[in-house]
Amino acid sequence: MTAAVALAGVDKRFGDVHALDGIDLEVGPGEFVSLIGPSGCGKSTLLRVVADLEQPTGGAALVGGKSPQQARLDQDYGIAFQQAGLLEWRTVAENVELPLHVHGVGKVERRARATDLLTLVGLHEFAGSRPSELSGGMQQRVAIARALAPSPRLLLMDEPFGALDEMTRERMQAELLRIIGETGAAVLFVTHSIPEAVVLSDRVVVMSPRPGRITEIVPGCRPVDGAATDLAPADVEDVRESGAFFSAITAVREALRKGHE
Amino acid sequence: MTRSDAVPGAAGVSSGRRVRPGTGRGAGRLLGVWPAVAFGIAGLVVWELVVVLGRVPSFLLPPPSAIVTQIGAQAPVILATTAVTGGNALVGLVAGFVIGVALALLAAASRLVQELATPVVLAASAVPIVALAPVFTTMFGSTTEVARRLVVTVVVIVPVFVSTMRGLRQVQPVHAELMTSLAATPWQHARFVRLPGAVPYIMTGLRLAAPAAVIAAIVAEYFGGLQNGLGSRISSAAANTAYARAWAFVAASIALGLLFHLAGLLVERLVTRGRT
Amino acid sequence: MGSRSRTVVTTVAAFVLLIVLWELAKLVLPPGGVTVGGTRVLPRTDNAAMPHVWTVLGRLTEPEVAGAATTRTVGAAVASGALFTLGLAMGGLLLGGVLGVLLALVMQRFRLVERAALPYVVASQTVPLIAIAPLVAGWGGNIAILGWSWQPWASVMVIASYLAFFPIAVGMLRGLTSPVSADVELFRAMASGWWTTLVRLRLPASVPHVVPAVRLAAAAAVVGAIVAEISTGTRGGIGRLIIEYAQSATGDPSRMYTAILGAAVLGLVAAGAVGLLDVGLRRYRGSVR
Repeated sequence: MTAAVALAGVDKRFGDVHALDGIDLEVGPGEFVSLIGPSGCGKSTLLRVVADLEQPTGGAALVGGKSPQQARLDQDYGIAFQQAGLLEWRTVAENVELPLHVHGVGKVERRARATDLLTLVGLHEFAGSRPSELSGGMQQRVAIARALAPSPRLLLMDEPFGALDEMTRERMQAELLRIIGETGAAVLFVTHSIPEAVVLSDRVVVMSPRPGRITEIVPGCRPVDGAATDLAPADVEDVRESGAFFSAITAVREALRKGHE
Repeated sequence: MTRSDAVPGAAGVSSGRRVRPGTGRGAGRLLGVWPAVAFGIAGLVVWELVVVLGRVPSFLLPPPSAIVTQIGAQAPVILATTAVTGGNALVGLVAGFVIGVALALLAAASRLVQELATPVVLAASAVPIVALAPVFTTMFGSTTEVARRLVVTVVVIVPVFVSTMRGLRQVQPVHAELMTSLAATPWQHARFVRLPGAVPYIMTGLRLAAPAAVIAAIVAEYFGGLQNGLGSRISSAAANTAYARAWAFVAASIALGLLFHLAGLLVERLVTRGRT
Repeated sequence: MGSRSRTVVTTVAAFVLLIVLWELAKLVLPPGGVTVGGTRVLPRTDNAAMPHVWTVLGRLTEPEVAGAATTRTVGAAVASGALFTLGLAMGGLLLGGVLGVLLALVMQRFRLVERAALPYVVASQTVPLIAIAPLVAGWGGNIAILGWSWQPWASVMVIASYLAFFPIAVGMLRGLTSPVSADVELFRAMASGWWTTLVRLRLPASVPHVVPAVRLAAAAAVVGAIVAEISTGTRGGIGRLIIEYAQSATGDPSRMYTAILGAAVLGLVAAGAVGLLDVGLRRYRGSVR
């Protein structure tokens, strides 16, 4: 199968600022890869290159074997930002339908898909609510459901839980693992929380500050690899208390420190 | 910034300010407004006493009791003139609102239209538009209401255009990126994000324009033309030294202005219901 | 072409376009206008109603009173009228502004005053205050304060200041209460008094709210001065000139247009003066979070 993301020597400069320097990275189908590093290391820029929101100044990027632009036009990926970015004048269900609405899917089919996705993220009873009636964590779940609407094989997430409190955040991590397990999509996930990267990922990509380079790739502790239909929150809790989790955190920490030297 | 700040000087001070526990509802609410009510009543009483006991001449300030008497005596005339002025204000308000929104949509769609319209509208916001009243009277004749309604229309276009433009420009970066990532066309971007996002701003423009329409309709009458509205009644009563009667028409103007303000507020609330 | 010079070009083009539209309307539309069901829906476009632009501009250099010994041009009359009104409007703005700032300070300091007075101040912005202009007219020549008999121009200034007062009081209060509670608490933690907090925090933070309020107040003061001149019959100002020239419009319509042009320039000059204030206070622009 083609890789979900394949980056070869990707370079990005903003004027004099060298944001990304020769990034080589491959994300396999169904794989969960986190990008972690200090502020300004270019991890968000890298994600935006994959999403075709930025054009690389050098190197090549392929998304599911296509150019990022083609992948965007074909809606091969879904994206979630730090802000949920829901449209406040649409109901929760209508927000989830937005990508399908933009691409001309009929009303009945749209509604059915939104119902399925809201059930998946556990918010079906809020379908008719306004986003403003939801908590921050619930809004972010709606945003994830929206990203999943076109059934993408790849999910791009830019610090989606960055604005949430620690408790909500941990619950959302368990939720995300379950949802991703059910859809089987690959994930490229930007974060600056070490435990978050470790508990979610198959692999944690550690980046150095400017110019952004990959310092090291550390294996993560994602509870079940590949498709899993019945991942319980307790399984994720177990991981957080395991020795492997703590040693992976130490490994990421050391890689981050090495990047600074 | 809250949306009530969208146009500076908006009467939005009362909203979005410090909220104190216990001033929310029921008895607490009554407690919250008592200083204003007491101040109003005390003001009227002091006014009456000072004018009556101090023998203030009526050309300076007639007592409230005399004004109330005049309101009672002139009720049918007051209602008729208020209807004329209110009608002019309403027609001008609707016309100016439609033109202002349409112009802003055109300006948002075309850079050239925007660059041509913006300086004209900005200049219009600084210029005393009511001075155009005699021009319109000459152009359309002094026996119709068209001239005054046009003055109101031009006065209304300015705030509606400005706040609609602001709303159309105010797209959250996250929404813009989302639409790009969804490969949305420019038209879809306008339809799904920009237009619905601008609605609260358009409604703010309407709320601000509604009382301005009444003011323009009254002032336009000071420049001549038909003598059947509130403004002309105030001037003619003042000219005949019937000051209490003039103040009765002023009271009606104030009521009309408040009516338009509250109607604008109501429409704004209804349209933007359920938004944060 | 820089964005600045582009703005200049498009601004000039916009006003040239307006003039072209005016002349085009004269060319294309019927001179008597179009009347539908007794209501004229399109204007009269003959020279008596819509004179040529160049006729209006040419009138500026002609003498005001034909054949008079002292020949003052129409342009000079309009300019001196506009200046007179500008003086009254600016005087009113200053007076109303000072009173508005004082009221805002008192309302900020004493919450009871705010709760008693603010609803009326807010409501006053939605109410046709200008309606009382004809009533102040009666003051002229009828009252004396400390031996100084009340002059009609003072009525005009009172109206202008009255209209300028409210927007400034509201804008100033909003500005004074704009600092977030974290900033206020920081000053409290430093044991600063009301005065220090006012000077170091509240006043700088109020600038972005006050400047638009002053802009509004200046426009209101100009409109107030013009309308007050008309309804008090005060001589010497542009408002009176508009009415005088409008009454002789059947004979010479372009004169009325010169007076209205003068009023427009007056409004722009007042707005420009506020623009200077804005530039002077630029460094406080970003002081509100």
